[in-house]
Amino acid sequence: MHLVIIGNGITGVTAAITARGLNAEARITLVSAESAHHYSRPALMYLYLGHLRYADVKPYEDWFWAENRLELVHAEATGLDTAARTVQLATGQSLAYDKLLLATGSVVRTAGWPGQQLRGVQGFYGLPDLENMSRATQGIRHAVVVGGGLIGVELAEMLHSRGIRVTWLVREARYWQSVLPPEESALLTTHIRCHGIDFRENTELREVLGDDQGRVRAIVTTTGQELPTEWVGLATGVQPNLTLARAAGLETDRGILVDTWLEASAPGVYAAGDCAQHRQPAPGEVAVEQLWYTGRMQGETVAHTLCGQPTPYRRGQWFNSAKFFNLEYQTYGRVPAQPTAGLASFCWQHPNGKHLLRINFRQADHAVTGINALGLRQRQDVWERWLAAATPIDTVLAQLAAANFDAEFSRQHEPAIRREFARQFPDLPVAPAARRRGLFGARLG
Amino acid sequence: MAAVALGLLALLAAAADADAARARLSLWLGLTLLSGGALVWAWLAFGNREAGWHPHDLWRRASTSRGAVAWVTGVALTGFYVVLYWFPWLLENLIRAFDPFSQVLRHKAADQWFLYGTFYTLAVLVLGGRALWKYRFSRYHLARTVSVMFFQLGFGFLLPGLLLALQQPEFYFTYFWPLKYDYLFPSTVSQLLHGGGLGVFMVFWGVAMSFLATPVLTYFFGKRWYCAWVCGCGGLAETAGDAYRHLSDKSRQAWRWEVRLVYPILGLIVVLTALLWLGASGLVPALGAVTGPLGQFYGFAIGSVFSGIVGVGFYPLLGSRVWCRFGCPMAAYLGLLQKHFSRFRISTNGGQCISCGNCSNACEMGIDVKQYAQRGEPIVRAACVGCGLCATACPRGVLSLENGPREGRLAGSTFIHADSLRIL
Repeated sequence: MHLVIIGNGITGVTAAITARGLNAEARITLVSAESAHHYSRPALMYLYLGHLRYADVKPYEDWFWAENRLELVHAEATGLDTAARTVQLATGQSLAYDKLLLATGSVVRTAGWPGQQLRGVQGFYGLPDLENMSRATQGIRHAVVVGGGLIGVELAEMLHSRGIRVTWLVREARYWQSVLPPEESALLTTHIRCHGIDFRENTELREVLGDDQGRVRAIVTTTGQELPTEWVGLATGVQPNLTLARAAGLETDRGILVDTWLEASAPGVYAAGDCAQHRQPAPGEVAVEQLWYTGRMQGETVAHTLCGQPTPYRRGQWFNSAKFFNLEYQTYGRVPAQPTAGLASFCWQHPNGKHLLRINFRQADHAVTGINALGLRQRQDVWERWLAAATPIDTVLAQLAAANFDAEFSRQHEPAIRREFARQFPDLPVAPAARRRGLFGARLG
Repeated sequence: MAAVALGLLALLAAAADADAARARLSLWLGLTLLSGGALVWAWLAFGNREAGWHPHDLWRRASTSRGAVAWVTGVALTGFYVVLYWFPWLLENLIRAFDPFSQVLRHKAADQWFLYGTFYTLAVLVLGGRALWKYRFSRYHLARTVSVMFFQLGFGFLLPGLLLALQQPEFYFTYFWPLKYDYLFPSTVSQLLHGGGLGVFMVFWGVAMSFLATPVLTYFFGKRWYCAWVCGCGGLAETAGDAYRHLSDKSRQAWRWEVRLVYPILGLIVVLTALLWLGASGLVPALGAVTGPLGQFYGFAIGSVFSGIVGVGFYPLLGSRVWCRFGCPMAAYLGLLQKHFSRFRISTNGGQCISCGNCSNACEMGIDVKQYAQRGEPIVRAACVGCGLCATACPRGVLSLENGPREGRLAGSTFIHADSLRIL
């Protein structure tokens, strides 16, 4: 069997590695236009910050691929003939496949602003973007970031590290409003502003103005305000990269349409990761998942199907994580951004503004449904178990230290969290059992 | 920075000055300028920023990315060791300038080793101050930094001096066989045993620490109780070497060299010690013909060249733990215990790893930590000294140092179905 995988991001590479584990004989070829080897996309910012070199963000050393007989082709796939089962490469070469996985990822999404093609205006998704940004921000004094999500905060932190003044335009009334409840947004906004970022909510980009040389010189907001700037980062999201799928005549909508086995509309063709759109997403889940973690899980799942073990994609409990300047964020289960009927929401914040814990639970049976942690590290397997078993909030609070994943000797906030819960929910009982971390404390509840 | 440069100049002046009073003045002026300058430098570097892990431009600065500054520093450090070991007469003026201080502490004149010990301790204290300021956000790093500073000053410098002042053998209570290999040589043991009550206690202490306390403490805490909390070599690496920790080689090739070197060195010192005892027992005659040259070779190649010149001299080029990783027999011994008979591991938090590589970069022992984290596996490696920087550098809260329990110590996360492809 010859398995050809288009894309060497986390999805394509996880699929290749999993497939090699399941099938020692198969010929496996990874095709990528972007880079010769797999690199970690979330680590791009650390290259800009100077924390790491390119070699450091490659998850596997270069010998890994040959030793595991994973063939790498560094070329753009320009055509796909699903009838003849061949992939055309920009080099003129053609690859015959038995099974094909499209893991083509995303492209930057913009709103088509006037002037967005000017030099010094760009999105941030891959290696070429990083190179452009490094060159264009050399020695500049002021930059504008557009878009209030995770890429936005990365760009702000990157620019800030080089002493570049950042104005950050966010369309919504508060930071990451579609995902975070108000307290989290407020805490993060304060944290971001503490770093000297000029964070402007309720502000949209109207157009980008250029100079005679075709370089950005200013932006205009929808309120008509003109802000001089030397660089503009567009962080208003990404959309599935459908170029190849469309050229091949595959069924697409926002993404490449796939069934629960991640199979696309042509026989032997599968799609996974950012570029795939589920025809029937499970209740409460989204059709297009654009996360590192879901990419990895989809890659792992589809590899089983590709190797003759048909496996439907089941994501399991939701989880995600991020870092906002100095504040780490972890979430397990579902935490809606808005108050939801039937759900109670308990939120504790440390007075120093550097720690926050929110636990949602059902009003009916007190079962926990989701958690947001800022500036606290929480143990995923413990939360997974609590969420799966619909554990009541009082049990969770009593055993909260079992989920504590902070570094040793860190101050433990569980007693303060329990006191705050008793204050916010005086009618609900809290078992007093205070489990501590440490050598002689039992690790798991 | 100017103060540091002036301090170095003053030290050179002291070394070149034959006039004792002037040399003394230059020496203390130099040390004050150097220490003060380094502390102010650290304050400027880490004080103006929010506390946290921000190694901005680490791989762009000439000093920390094997640039020109790093090469000059490396050559200077290596040169100092060469002079110290083989041309101490070049330091004569400097050593004489230490005489009054040595008289106060040890009731005897200074020698090159007293000079070295003073510089070493000062480096641990001053750059320990830098580390305390840099890591002020983490109580774990504060605790282990204070610990190595305490053990170096107290047990690595003051107490041995005091013992000399009291006409007792110069003994380091924080160095054990096989690192301080001669402590369990028959010659040392018989010498100590003749020294009366304290000498007997020293022998008892050495044996108990090597064969009893080391396994027990390592069982509970991993090798970090020694390598990152007590040991003087580790102390220098965690303070003076902190800026160079990322330079350790993470490649599989480097790991192969580690295994090829560190375990044979442990084997060599075990065999040498055994042969010496066999020779001392008189059971096998003429063993001295073997043990004599072998001991000389070990002392020169391992004790001097490896631990000093390569170990510290190459800090700015190869990272701060070259000796600990490739050469230290104590680390090899502790590592075997840690890998097979310990509760310690670095836990991986479910499936949260993003393979960014910050953990591997921060590892001074050259462990490619992300290989384990991205597979959802706990890190159980003989080399790990438990400095905890991988957990600090992780931007997703994926890593945590933990002491147990032993059940499930090697079990991976169920969130990632770890592939079976080899990583080493």
